[in-house]
Amino acid sequence: MSGRAFVFGDNIDTDVLAPGYLMKLPADELARHCLAAVDPAFASTVQPGDFVVAGANFGLGSSREQAAVSLKTLGVAAVIATGFARIFYRNALNLGLPALFCDAAGSIEAGDRLEVDPVAGQIINHTRNQTLAARPIPAHLMDMVRAGGLVAQLKARGMAA
Amino acid sequence: MLPDCAKWYKDRPFDQRGRHRPLVGLNRDCFDTVTAPQTLAQKLLSRAAGGASVMPGDIVTVEVDLIMAHDSSGPRRWKPQLEQLGARIKDPSRIVIVSDHYVPAVDAESAAILKLTRDFAHENGIARFHDMQGICHAILPEKGYLRPGIFVAGGDSHTPHAGAFGCYAAGFGATDMLGIVVTGQTWTIVPQTIRVEIDGTLGDGVAAKDIMLVLCRELGMDNAFKAIEFGGSCVRAMSMAERMVLANMTAELGGETGLIEPDATTVAHIRAHGGDPGADPLGWTADPGAPYERVVRLDAGTLEPHVAAPHSPANSAPVSAHLGTKVDQAYIGACVGAKLEDLQMAARVLAGRKVATGTRLLVAPSSSATTAQAAADGTLAVLMEAGATLLPSGCGACAGMGAGLLADGETCISSTNRNFKGRMGHAGASVYLGSPYTVAAAAVAGRIEDPRPLLQPLRRAA
Repeated sequence: MSGRAFVFGDNIDTDVLAPGYLMKLPADELARHCLAAVDPAFASTVQPGDFVVAGANFGLGSSREQAAVSLKTLGVAAVIATGFARIFYRNALNLGLPALFCDAAGSIEAGDRLEVDPVAGQIINHTRNQTLAARPIPAHLMDMVRAGGLVAQLKARGMAA
Repeated sequence: MLPDCAKWYKDRPFDQRGRHRPLVGLNRDCFDTVTAPQTLAQKLLSRAAGGASVMPGDIVTVEVDLIMAHDSSGPRRWKPQLEQLGARIKDPSRIVIVSDHYVPAVDAESAAILKLTRDFAHENGIARFHDMQGICHAILPEKGYLRPGIFVAGGDSHTPHAGAFGCYAAGFGATDMLGIVVTGQTWTIVPQTIRVEIDGTLGDGVAAKDIMLVLCRELGMDNAFKAIEFGGSCVRAMSMAERMVLANMTAELGGETGLIEPDATTVAHIRAHGGDPGADPLGWTADPGAPYERVVRLDAGTLEPHVAAPHSPANSAPVSAHLGTKVDQAYIGACVGAKLEDLQMAARVLAGRKVATGTRLLVAPSSSATTAQAAADGTLAVLMEAGATLLPSGCGACAGMGAGLLADGETCISSTNRNFKGRMGHAGASVYLGSPYTVAAAAVAGRIEDPRPLLQPLRRAA
């Protein structure tokens, strides 16, 4: 997967990813407000295949899965951060949205062209000619990520009645 | 080790770190020789994983004893996914559903969400459904559903609230919760534990909330995948209501769960609410010498009332740093800050006084039972006479959904647990967090004040 980087700082919380007062809206309408409190232009400029890059503790706060759903709805291909809040991390992988821990995420700047292999844990920054290592997704979750998320995995495991 | 263990190991895959993956249902006899001291989190996860001894970093599959969901992230999200899967709920008797986010309905959309939740509970035979009776985290202990030792999975980030009772309680998103209702299980990584040892006696007008605002600053909010154990003489002396504040705001520390070892106070609370404390509630303790990642000590005796300034609970300082900040709204609400004791704290400041002109005081008790108790003991009358506006019991403005939202440029002081940008309304609003004492003091003064000089004895109705 390859696309542009949209860069944010530390502690991006779920209230800015999916504002509570808009949570009644259908997913595609809610997604238009994703990150608006910190970057009003984000939702209208991000393109399918682009990446969200951030610092520490991305997705802290509420368990609301709409935070990850909104990014996926906008076509974000993966989130790369130096750290993730636990529930967001689980939510993203459950939805088939790769969330990659990358200690060097701070070297990526807005607009950089990235090529990302979430399975190998490799990020190539074509703009800066750098290759960054992401922490591999834990092995017990890799099947789920490959399947495209938890619902797809449950289906494959014959959980359907 | 028994010979069977070799076979067990042989048949089990390795995880990425070269460890065997403990699975549910393994032969516990293989592990009873393990005598190393353990944290409470290890013991609880060991039980939930079927008896295997577990170490921090192990990935375990756990059986979920109690599944809690609410109207925002529960049935509304599960229904289409269950239909897509063609799957059914595995065990309705383990589920508790509480409608607390969109209550009461204010438009056709919220009414539809509440109706869907109601119909889902009925169609799936979920007997423990609580419709507009209060906030889910308040309902679990109030109905006696919590028992020390159990694994609680809740579709809400403040699920660690239940850790005050020695439950391993963690929050999950909607799809994780779907997996749990379909399979009865989930996975977790056995956490490293930070032990917070709180000794000394809190001064009058200082509360558990102030402890947590200090800890958010000192420990930070980035303790993802960790457990926090709270102990020490101050915690042992606390009521369950105050212990729940510690466990609840483990969510703000970023922790997976917050744990308090059960004692006579815990057991008495469970019995008083019709619950079953289990065969050995006091057995759920951490071992001396348990392998903590770190131990943090706090002297409650020197603690001052604190407030967290916008836009983070970690942005906290003694109240003296913000004296005089004008407030448009004072809000007493949420799972963390609107229990009966919280309303009583506010009443000690508000008795015989009036809310300042130009400031509004909103009170949303955490449950309808709390409102009834506050009415019975005279607390509610004190708040009403001071000029408070009583709101429905529910997540309300704290979740950005109910009454009490803020306009651009407004300032609020709130007994809730989060003050992220835009959480309580407009992104241009400012929210300060404080204890119910501090919120009530600001309501009276119209600006942030130290509550301690305003305290009066608690008056109860005869």
